[in-house]
Amino acid sequence: MMKITGYADKISVAPGETIKFMVNSEAGKRYRADIVRVICGDENPDGPGYREKLVKTAANGSYKSRKQVIHAGSFVEIGASDMLDGLESFTMQAFIWPTTPENGTQAIISKWRDKDKAGAALIITKENGSIALCLGNGKGKIQTLNTGKPLVAREWYFVAASYDAKSKTVTLVQEPLHGFETKSDRATVRRKSTVGRVPNHDAPLTLGAYFKKTDNGRTVCGGHYNGKIDSPRIANRALSATEMESLKTWPVAPELGNSVVGAWDFSANIKGIKVSDLSANLLHGEIVNLPARAMTGWNWTGEEMNWNHAPEQYGAIHFHDDDIYDAGWEVDFELTIPKGMKSGVYAARLRAGEHEDHIPFAVRAPRGKPTAKVLYLMPSASYQAYANEHMNTDAPVGQLLAGRLVQLDKFNLFLNEHREYGGSCYDAHSDGSGICYSSRLRPILNMRPKHRAWIGATESTLWQFNADTHITDWLEAMNIDYDVISDEDLHYEGLSAIEDYAVVVSSSHPEYHSVEMWDAMAAYQQRGGRLMYLGANGWYWRIQYHSEVPGVIEVRRNEDGIRTWEARTGEYYFSFSGEYGGLWRRNGRPPQKILGVGFTAQGFDISSYYLRNPDSHKAKVKFIFDGIGKNEKIGDFGLIGNGAAGLELDRADRALGTPPDTYVVASSVEHTDIYLVVCEEMLVSTPGVGGHENPLVRADITFHETQNGGAVWSTGSIAWAGSLAHNNYKNNVSRMTKNVLKRFINPKPF
Amino acid sequence: MPNEVESRAIEEFRKTPIGHHSTELQVILNEMRGQPMADKFCLISIKANREWQLAQTTGVRGKPVKMLSKKFTNLEDAEWYVFKKRWKQLRGETLR
Repeated sequence: MMKITGYADKISVAPGETIKFMVNSEAGKRYRADIVRVICGDENPDGPGYREKLVKTAANGSYKSRKQVIHAGSFVEIGASDMLDGLESFTMQAFIWPTTPENGTQAIISKWRDKDKAGAALIITKENGSIALCLGNGKGKIQTLNTGKPLVAREWYFVAASYDAKSKTVTLVQEPLHGFETKSDRATVRRKSTVGRVPNHDAPLTLGAYFKKTDNGRTVCGGHYNGKIDSPRIANRALSATEMESLKTWPVAPELGNSVVGAWDFSANIKGIKVSDLSANLLHGEIVNLPARAMTGWNWTGEEMNWNHAPEQYGAIHFHDDDIYDAGWEVDFELTIPKGMKSGVYAARLRAGEHEDHIPFAVRAPRGKPTAKVLYLMPSASYQAYANEHMNTDAPVGQLLAGRLVQLDKFNLFLNEHREYGGSCYDAHSDGSGICYSSRLRPILNMRPKHRAWIGATESTLWQFNADTHITDWLEAMNIDYDVISDEDLHYEGLSAIEDYAVVVSSSHPEYHSVEMWDAMAAYQQRGGRLMYLGANGWYWRIQYHSEVPGVIEVRRNEDGIRTWEARTGEYYFSFSGEYGGLWRRNGRPPQKILGVGFTAQGFDISSYYLRNPDSHKAKVKFIFDGIGKNEKIGDFGLIGNGAAGLELDRADRALGTPPDTYVVASSVEHTDIYLVVCEEMLVSTPGVGGHENPLVRADITFHETQNGGAVWSTGSIAWAGSLAHNNYKNNVSRMTKNVLKRFINPKPF
Repeated sequence: MPNEVESRAIEEFRKTPIGHHSTELQVILNEMRGQPMADKFCLISIKANREWQLAQTTGVRGKPVKMLSKKFTNLEDAEWYVFKKRWKQLRGETLR
């Protein structure tokens, strides 16, 4: 099991700038850190072999080990306040939509100090999954009174608990909003408390969890709740049923005004991390670990799909016990990029005995001063979407998709056991709801050299970061100078990040793009820029970055596309920005528009090869095939499934936006029936969607010109990168790629 | 014992465990590979492309993958070994 892991505060950094590294080491007293340039991350001895180059920097050295842990689970934190700390009698109430009421203690509204078990919390009880009030006197006496009626998962309830200090009466209300008359889950319960005086304390008020302690400035909670909370309220006395009813909505009846301590409106400031209190006390709070916002609330009618139009119906936040945003570890060492450090893909290599981890990052050229004509666009947004993906241990479809036994490595085994490291936007939360946010401020253990991915076809079994090292390895082997930037740079800097380069080279699978990234690439092409798209299933999903906090993206798996989970109806718009999420194709921009090709089929067993099409012999595109025979099979070899055409495949389609006069110079053939047409192509479920039968199961290699001498060359296959190094880089995939790159560097119009 | 169609499919799998398959074999593999995650066979990469260890996922989040003692030096052997195990589980028959 891995005993050393880490992450960085940035994904890319330029000379003169500083990157910080946070490390958890439980492997001996000290560990060694070294900066390495990642050349080829593939350990397959049948390929070029694993290669990294040690780079001498001031950061290289020995560091003291320390354990750093991740506290996963989201909640709302509202700081200490006289209004809250001095409560004797009170009412706590909210609408809830619990997803795992059977899971044990889960706090909904909590003013609790765990170290001496003092305070009060409205919870779902472990006794029977019903609503309960937990009271503790701080002297060892705890009492939990519950309704005794288990909640039904994924149904809305109004729940409340009041406590009258004078009469020591607890009232519990559990009011289902569903109409299942056969379910006996409605309850109003009155009991006497035996706890005695509930002491005042200054621990924070928390929603969705109860306060346990602080750890290096981080609030640590327990009793994480899975599900939605809407309209949480606190009053400073035991309210009657009528008064509770009045407090459900806002504005509240005037006679209740003085009794309201806090009335939180989750539909305000949905894009941010702040949570607003509507009451005069202004007890605003913050979300911690990014629970899902812009979620349909208890009063959502189904008539409005866009939260921007009816925010009052989106007053719910969905909390998860495995949400994670920022691991919040302390910095162990940092690196100021020396002047003259060559742009490229680097990593901080951590070693302690047999234990090793790498923390990858990109070093950019000095800002505004490109050092090469070629730019490699490191797909950090796509790496984030896949960050710490768990399908190999969680999803029964894995072996069906892979067409073989799945393979796990040390990274997968660690992630399986350390769920606090969080999942990817391909995984489900522990309650089954999809993960729509993914942060890079945590170790991302599948964005690693040496990692082997279950999904990456036979042979090297590579996917994403490690597959992409075959592209940078090839650039190095060809002695082609290149600079590197990340998706995040393109998002925040737009066209200026790429406009000075003659050629942009993509990764094998640049799937996720914000509108800012999309627009920058389109503008680049129209200004004469040239794109080599060495992959497939690119520019597929729309994403957005958070506007207030760094390093996190949002994905909504809307109505179409290859999805491992599905956004709930009405939850199709990003909370980060209000934009409609889902496929770019469903946003009026199919990938064919910007690449010439777009996602058409996928399979993950073996790859295949291409044959030339008549277009390939036309004068304009002859340069692509210089030195390649008329009848040669292209790419019938390789480290990713034994072929250059594999995993995910893209095809040209005029109807989807492939520019007129695009040359479709080659197409792949002979895919297995593990390869299936993507679901967005199927309006009606039909037989014959496998590789043996369906003409849409193919990768097209295309070329088209854009304005001002620009051009796009696309290979339409994720596996392409795995064939570049075959036969010591002397093969027709390498040759074709080099033919195009050389021609694209030449500014002469086509 | 496997019927005639199954026998042909089994022989086909023996020769080509990963790759192009007949419909008859694919139907069998879909059943086998689509099993739930509890006790599902998988491989742990021990030495890149040279050695794998048999294991079983648990289907329970956070619960360690169960490492089994069987090791393989090529994937075809691993596939055939697991195929036989799964055939026994699903059909109650021992394949040789």
